[in-house]
Amino acid sequence: MMLGSMVSLLMEGMITSIEIFLLTLLFSLPLGLLIAFGRMSKFTPLRLIMKVYISIMRGTPLMLQLIVVFFGPYYIFGTTLSPDYRFIAVIIAFSMNYAAYFAEIYRGGIEAIPKGQYEAAQVLGYSKIQTFFIIILPQVFRIIIPSVTNEVITLVKDTSLSFVIAIPEMFTVAKQIAAAESSIAALIVAGVFYYVFNVLVAFVMARLEKRYDYLN
Amino acid sequence: MSLLEVKNLKKSFDENVVLKDISLNVEKGEVLCIIGPSGSGKSTLLRCITDLEQEDSGDINFDGTFGLVFQDFNLFPHHTVLKNIINAPLKVQKRDKNEVLKSARDLLKKMGLEDKEDAYPHELSGGQQQRVSIARALAMNPDILFFDEPTSALDPELTGEILVVIRDLAAENMTMVIVTHEMSFARNVGDKIIFMDDGYIIEEGTPEKVFSSDNARMKEFLGKFYD
Ligand SMILES: Nc1ncnc2c1ncn2[C@@H]1O[C@H](COP(=O)(O)OP(=O)(O)OP(=O)(O)O)[C@@H](O)[C@H]1O
Ligand SMILES: [Mg+2]
Repeated sequence: MMLGSMVSLLMEGMITSIEIFLLTLLFSLPLGLLIAFGRMSKFTPLRLIMKVYISIMRGTPLMLQLIVVFFGPYYIFGTTLSPDYRFIAVIIAFSMNYAAYFAEIYRGGIEAIPKGQYEAAQVLGYSKIQTFFIIILPQVFRIIIPSVTNEVITLVKDTSLSFVIAIPEMFTVAKQIAAAESSIAALIVAGVFYYVFNVLVAFVMARLEKRYDYLN
Repeated sequence: MSLLEVKNLKKSFDENVVLKDISLNVEKGEVLCIIGPSGSGKSTLLRCITDLEQEDSGDINFDGTFGLVFQDFNLFPHHTVLKNIINAPLKVQKRDKNEVLKSARDLLKKMGLEDKEDAYPHELSGGQQQRVSIARALAMNPDILFFDEPTSALDPELTGEILVVIRDLAAENMTMVIVTHEMSFARNVGDKIIFMDDGYIIEEGTPEKVFSSDNARMKEFLGKFYD
């Protein structure tokens, strides 16, 4: 196979990888915040449920979660799986998994904000919602961006786990080419792509970090 | 009618009865200084009046706006000095932006901070931060301003600059309730002094009366300052 056609096949796979990456962030970042609220709730049953949820999501392999989400409906309900569900299953599994990690990061950040910040806001008449979004969350962002960056970089690499349910993302494609050609070249090119992807992600996150770093 | 009336206020934390029976009045334009030993319930009293704490029983009658200046400032670290001051008038009181900006800049000038509006709180000294927090409270046009030990977190050489600001406010007839350990300041600036001990008001009245009281606990407390 010509290098050019290999690269263009991998590029197609890369687009799927990027879709998984972006959709996962789109869903897991807000979902993680909701889970963090549940985890910090005064309502004990909700707090416990979220605690167990986070513990399971972080304590079992993402690859296993992917398989369960994909095959679960078939084994549990006997439903036949539409071809579209393959991609949806990936997004569901990734979002649920990453939301658990983000929830713990949010919680750490929120708990680090001193009580005096809430009190000052209350005395100035800010509503609960205003207090959270105007006073608390921007300070939480500054604290958590480095940890979020770590997770986001891991996510770029984790997208390759979707190969277990045969999603045609970059790693799946690279493996197929490597098998067909009996050559490792495609895997090396894929590695370069992942690396470049992560360099870009790190750059964007560094910009964000700078933007929220009011202490410097 | 008094601007603020507190009647038979009681507050405990679990078994610990902190405010046992507190009644007091504050008149418009008056400066009330509250003194007393550590743990006597001064902060808890201010926190009940400013709704940061829920009293167990008693009445607090006050309608109007108030500001509270904290011991450790509690400025918002991610907002500039100017934004700390203007944000609540804009977002909470929904006042006109030009009017708010003008009054914020007037306040900064009055606090001697006119060149600091773009600074972040961590770039300021403790005394400057406390002046910003006073400006932030004043920007809401409060009818009454509460201070909880506004100089206790400051180095002694910075204490004076805050006391001067408060004294100037008193001269403009700002109604204030000030919890303080600065006895000579309380004596000079207070129209009325309340001495609290163990959840009760033990002594109250003019500075002359309270500071020359024969009450044993009052004498013991003052003795600690003048030894
Ligand atoms: N949130 C709280 N939970 C439990 N106990 C509290 C709480 N706040 C205050 N207390 C207790 O109430 C008592 C009075 O505290 P308070 O802070 O009102 O005293 P204070 O007169 O302001 O003292 P200081 O001069 O040291 O500031 C103390 O015994 C304190 O431990
Ligand atoms: Mg106190």
